[in-house]
Amino acid sequence: MFERTPLNVRNQRVERCVKWIFCGMALLLVLPVLIILSVLVARGGPAISFEFLFTPPKQGMTAGGILPALVGTLWLVGVALVASVPIGVAAALYLSEYARDTWLTRVINLAVINLAGVPSIVHALFGVGAFVLFFGCGTSILAASLTLAVMTLPVVIVATREALQAVPQAFREACWNMGATRWQTIRRVVLPNSVSGILTGVILEVSRTAGETAPIMFTGAAFFLPFLPSGVGDQTMALSLHLFVVTTQVPNAPHELQYGVALVLIGIVLALNATSIAFRTWLRGRRKW
Amino acid sequence: MVDAPADVIVDVHGLTVRYGDRVVLRDVTLDVRTHEIFGIIGPAGSGKTSFLRALNRMDEFTPGMRVEGSVSFAGKDVRDWRNLYALRRRIGVVFPLPVGLPLSVYDNVAFAPRLAGVRARVELDEIVESSLRRAALWDEVKDRLGALGSLLSGGQQQRLTIARALSQKPDLLLLDEFSIAVDPVTTMRIEDVLKELRHEITIVLVTNLVQQARRLADRTAFFLDGACVEIAETEDLFTGATRDPRTRDYVEGRFG
Repeated sequence: MFERTPLNVRNQRVERCVKWIFCGMALLLVLPVLIILSVLVARGGPAISFEFLFTPPKQGMTAGGILPALVGTLWLVGVALVASVPIGVAAALYLSEYARDTWLTRVINLAVINLAGVPSIVHALFGVGAFVLFFGCGTSILAASLTLAVMTLPVVIVATREALQAVPQAFREACWNMGATRWQTIRRVVLPNSVSGILTGVILEVSRTAGETAPIMFTGAAFFLPFLPSGVGDQTMALSLHLFVVTTQVPNAPHELQYGVALVLIGIVLALNATSIAFRTWLRGRRKW
Repeated sequence: MVDAPADVIVDVHGLTVRYGDRVVLRDVTLDVRTHEIFGIIGPAGSGKTSFLRALNRMDEFTPGMRVEGSVSFAGKDVRDWRNLYALRRRIGVVFPLPVGLPLSVYDNVAFAPRLAGVRARVELDEIVESSLRRAALWDEVKDRLGALGSLLSGGQQQRLTIARALSQKPDLLLLDEFSIAVDPVTTMRIEDVLKELRHEITIVLVTNLVQQARRLADRTAFFLDGACVEIAETEDLFTGATRDPRTRDYVEGRFG
């Protein structure tokens, strides 16, 4: 009764094969990340020093540090987050908690999806037209950050909507049946239980924002600017553009410096992500159902 | 509705409920009297739950659900209640599956009073304790009011849900198969509570358990395939001679 039939044997063999194939694919995914990281650390690691991180570039950007670009990237990411997270979360709340399935919400959904598909260089041109010229921000951190914010809005909206929809509908109905308004329900029950998912969206957004080059090139990022920005009206250097510049525009920048810039850029993204992941894990630990 | 006697709290006339093109409730007319337990029995898919959902306008948050006919509560058509939230506060609802909100036991029960504007701690404490006592849960949770409501056992969560419904001091309590996720002993305790409550509030009890309706309900309606077949004094429904043969077959367990 417990003997294996030929069919059992075959099923088990297939099962093993399938498992190993999937496992291989998953490992294949990790491989590029590992290679990129190890090359960067090996080649760029020696460039990292106190001076590299905390002084401006010198000698036509072939020597010195990257401080203005480092600070500029933090500015750009910060202002972009301030602009896009409230808008994105509010839009997602509307779509998920208030809107019925009408032609209007379908149009909005379609717009969100299409916004995600627009190439970043097109966003850059939109940013020039809208923020730099029309709204008169000039080439500034503000214009560049707003362009980045528009570009990353779909990420925030989609992630937030998924997080909201993961909260059981029964919780909402229970609240409504006690006479709670939609907003009371959102504030007391829905939002506290979806913050961790919303943060996932923000993490993704941070990574994209920090790494993008095209949208900031014409809107607020400077080729070379040895000063730190003093406000959102200033232009600024940014790590992503600086990396592009030292690898393609500056004839004899040492390789070490180029890899160093890339390493710092990745390091910032990873550090920001790690912080939010830690925060998210902490929140999940407090999740209550 | 126009000539409804004073002791009628819910007056339903020609109620039809559709989900899209599907008619789940067809032309139901009945009334529920103040301070009675009104039982609704019937097999799955007979429209019992849809009937409850129409009473406090839950169709508002059910996509595709359409309600026709008139439903009046306390003498006023529910569609004419300008303040939907006030209407819902006067009608407590308990679903088949317990829903412990991911808040502390205390906050679960204090939720509705807080919505109603009660802020004073003493007053909240009093409402929480009396609601939990009435739901036969106080003794089990009085030492851990700060624990998460969603981590209580299923039976406790269901009593928590009932306590929450009572905390809004409703005039009408809608119970939708409350005993599905509850063990028999707890069910009996809740049933005792319901018998007590009869003197204060009106209860509409939807149940799959024919005997539960017999134990609790003053009058009982039998729903079948979206129609209300018969409404009668509960004992008459179970023993009387003059009744619809379909009702007889159902209460005697020949189908359903």
